[in-house]
Amino acid sequence: MDLGALFGNFNNFLDFTVGGLVIGAIYALVALGYTMVYGVLQLINFAHSEVFMYGTFAVAWTFVLLHGTGDASWSLGRAVPILLVALVAAMLMSAAIALLVERFAYRPLINKNAPKLIALISAIGASFALAEAMGLRDRFAKWFGLDDNLANYVAPNKARDVYSNPVSIQPHGLFHIGGYSVTDVDLVVVVAALVMMFALDIFVRRTKFGRGIRAVAQDPEAAALMGVNSTRVVQVTFLVGGLMAGAAATLYMMKIGSTRQNAGFLLGVKAFTAAVMGGIGNLRGALLGGLLLGVMENWGSAVFGSEWKDVVAFVLLVLILLVRPSGLLGEALGKARA
Amino acid sequence: MPDTAKLLEVDDVTIRFGGLTALDSVTFDIREGEILGLIGPNGAGKTTCFNVMTGVYQATSGQVRFDGAPLAKLKRHKITKLGIARTFQNIRLFKSMTVLENVMVGADAHSKVGFWDALLRTPRHRHTEEESTTRAKELLKIVGITARHDELAANLSYGDQRRLEIARAMATGPKLLCLDEPAAGFNPAEKVKLMDLIRKVRDQGYTVLLIEHDMRLVMGVTDRIVVLEFGRKIAEGAPEEIRDNPAVIAAYLGVEEDEDAS
Amino acid sequence: MTTTPTPPVSAPTNPLFRLGLWWDGVIDRYNALPRLYKVVLVLAFALFVYALPLVRPPLIATDRIDFGGVMFACAAYALIALGLNIVIGYAGLLDLGYIGFYAVGAYTTGVLTSYHWAWPFFLALPVAVAVTMLTGVILGAPTLRVRGDYLAIVTLGFGEIIRICVKNIEWLGASAGIKDINHPNTIGPAPKPPFDPGGLFAIPRLEWNGITPSLDHEHATHFLVFGARDAIPYYWLLLTALIVVLLGDRLVKASRVGRAWEATREDEDAAELMGVPTFKYKLMAFALGAAIGGLSGAFYASSQSGYISPDSFPLATSFLFVAAVIVGGSGNRWGAMVGGVLVAYLPERFRDFADYRLLVFGLALTVLAITRPEGLLPPRRTRRAKMMEAEIEQLEEGPVDA
Repeated sequence: MDLGALFGNFNNFLDFTVGGLVIGAIYALVALGYTMVYGVLQLINFAHSEVFMYGTFAVAWTFVLLHGTGDASWSLGRAVPILLVALVAAMLMSAAIALLVERFAYRPLINKNAPKLIALISAIGASFALAEAMGLRDRFAKWFGLDDNLANYVAPNKARDVYSNPVSIQPHGLFHIGGYSVTDVDLVVVVAALVMMFALDIFVRRTKFGRGIRAVAQDPEAAALMGVNSTRVVQVTFLVGGLMAGAAATLYMMKIGSTRQNAGFLLGVKAFTAAVMGGIGNLRGALLGGLLLGVMENWGSAVFGSEWKDVVAFVLLVLILLVRPSGLLGEALGKARA
Repeated sequence: MPDTAKLLEVDDVTIRFGGLTALDSVTFDIREGEILGLIGPNGAGKTTCFNVMTGVYQATSGQVRFDGAPLAKLKRHKITKLGIARTFQNIRLFKSMTVLENVMVGADAHSKVGFWDALLRTPRHRHTEEESTTRAKELLKIVGITARHDELAANLSYGDQRRLEIARAMATGPKLLCLDEPAAGFNPAEKVKLMDLIRKVRDQGYTVLLIEHDMRLVMGVTDRIVVLEFGRKIAEGAPEEIRDNPAVIAAYLGVEEDEDAS
Repeated sequence: MTTTPTPPVSAPTNPLFRLGLWWDGVIDRYNALPRLYKVVLVLAFALFVYALPLVRPPLIATDRIDFGGVMFACAAYALIALGLNIVIGYAGLLDLGYIGFYAVGAYTTGVLTSYHWAWPFFLALPVAVAVTMLTGVILGAPTLRVRGDYLAIVTLGFGEIIRICVKNIEWLGASAGIKDINHPNTIGPAPKPPFDPGGLFAIPRLEWNGITPSLDHEHATHFLVFGARDAIPYYWLLLTALIVVLLGDRLVKASRVGRAWEATREDEDAAELMGVPTFKYKLMAFALGAAIGGLSGAFYASSQSGYISPDSFPLATSFLFVAAVIVGGSGNRWGAMVGGVLVAYLPERFRDFADYRLLVFGLALTVLAITRPEGLLPPRRTRRAKMMEAEIEQLEEGPVDA
């Protein structure tokens, strides 16, 4: 334990804090998916981590498709055209997976009004099946004799290894906050995340679908009586959560540059922690929770060593459940839940 | 009505949820051996009142005393052990357990058998188990569903499920048995049977608190009635007095006609 | 009423359901037997299970991997499934980090018998179980008060934390792991290499040529030699532990404790108001489950290879444990054990399957949750209830509204 590493030097302190905010913005975007589904269905969408993971692959695949496999190192400006295509691809991919999960792992159970635990089990199954399907994509390609054609995408015999974006985006320092050089990539990540969340907030507060979502979150039966199509609302919720996860996946690939079939798991648990921290079901809570978790995690790794970084998130989760199980901002998508 | 000892005292109880006052300085008591009816229009605070008595809610101010001792801060299962048992308005049985097992869960409330007794099959375990089984079967006989003791609770008819709830509550060996709208969803014939059952339960030595909507049932079976409206007590007395009380007629009976119409 | 009293042939006619009914039939017939027959039958069955790795039935036995080792893994998973069934099946607590307890049991054994001390295995075993149980209480006491679905995530985190801890703590061997963990003491003369195999006596195994068996004295198992050569004595030891736990499970389930668990699972608030101290019973289930996981872990650590490392406890395996219990039929101890055995056995018997097992079990979990939430072999009464429902539905010729 080395408190000096964090607090000894103010520049270092800022360094870890700002770095945490950047990764925290990505957590927050993924946390939205958990929070929205929980707000509407009171269920943890365990498979949301996979929704995100498929998005990261969509980004890498887009680069392979449009650029090829030759390793390259580009500035952000040069990558922007492909990044925009990748963003659309990732959002579509993630949304598609989210809808798939809703359709096959949730809807049959919602219709039957099954116990929560069963829905959670169903989602866990879907999560593992999706992650494994990605890890076995080379085998599936082989079954169809496509492993040669698709070799760059399925990575034969290496489908379970790290899969990198052939184009690594070189961040370019813009200005300093303390010891932290804020790069263009960082700035884009944070600004894009904030814009997405702001847009979502408006969507939920101002549009007809948003009203439907809030109505179902508050009282599903009353909403149904008032003519809200709750199946549609649930679909839209998953869809929006998926879109956000796709955006998060793009930002993640910009910042981190590589992914893996199990990349969703850890990020998913952290995003869930962020959602619980802010108050699950609460959109602004997800933002606060995400940023806070990113920062705390960075502080934690400064003090205890980076190998303990992941433990910090879990310990925080347990502590929050102990001290304030309803989160910092309280739970609410509609308003208050009894 | 003989003036027996006070079993439960609700003393100046107020409950607020946020800005909403659900109960406003309510005071009444339940005497040993009586059947007390708690009535009032929807939203009058009956169920809230009930929940304070069974420890689901804590009173914002005031006190609920049972056998002279305050109930506040007691864990819910401890309150049950003290001798207050309840049924649920929306039936909440242990659905995948058998009828007999449901009642035995209630009977276990006073059991001192623990993990080691069960694992080592101590004489205490055997003894308690036999006692609970006998007791549970007796209770099933009283409520009249002995024949179905081996079925899953989920498979019982609606009426039998309500009966099972009463048996399960009685099994905890309460001094006070609280029935939360036990006649909800019953037809008139079933209601008559239920009245008989409630009387039979009282004759077994239980004190009964009955929350009910159905005026005829309440009038027919209770010894005394407390009327709530908007969280306040507006009347208290024997059924005949309540029937003629103008405030009650205004508040409650008038409302009931509307309800029937809707 | 003109219908005959025969049971109606109604909705549940799928093969799995019929398998369940067949199983009920077997149990009924068994229950109807005189006591003496029952005892003889149970003993015969137990003997068969003990002898299985020596009998090596064709088709069942694995040819490329040591069958004794496979049977050991099956028994270990069955024990784990039995423990997890108490947590998930009886008390309804979704514990996704069960591997954490397995690891705690294994590491306690490793530290006590090899890494820091040199305790004999049977002294370390109870300590390992106690430590695991304590871990369960420490983890459960704060988390069991929160909502059930949060528990899943918290336990998942716990499983991961344990792995990160053992990987980074030097005192626990870090990523190199712990080797030379003490085996259980050999009963009879100790083996003296190179020629004396030790043990009380040797039992030959069967070799099959098609369907004709012959005795194979070359590969004899030396009775109760716990060494690196033969996994079968470990299997016997673990199987004995499994049977003891199974008996205990039966006794506790059929008591006030079992009823309290079930009531809590069904409706926690109602149970509390019926006088069940639900938190206490949830914690008890959680701690018992942990202890059984630790027991299994201790046996695993001291088994043939006597080696454990952080990689022995991947979180994905934890998920497989959950799948074993749920696929087998949560709440039914036999179903859970069958699930555990399948999870361990299928990948060894069908090597190609190994790569696909997470995929298959993941899909199975979702498909089962949607179509048969009660699992393949649900508790018998659930099956009975289904029959009844179908019967009522048929009588009313329409869906029953709740």
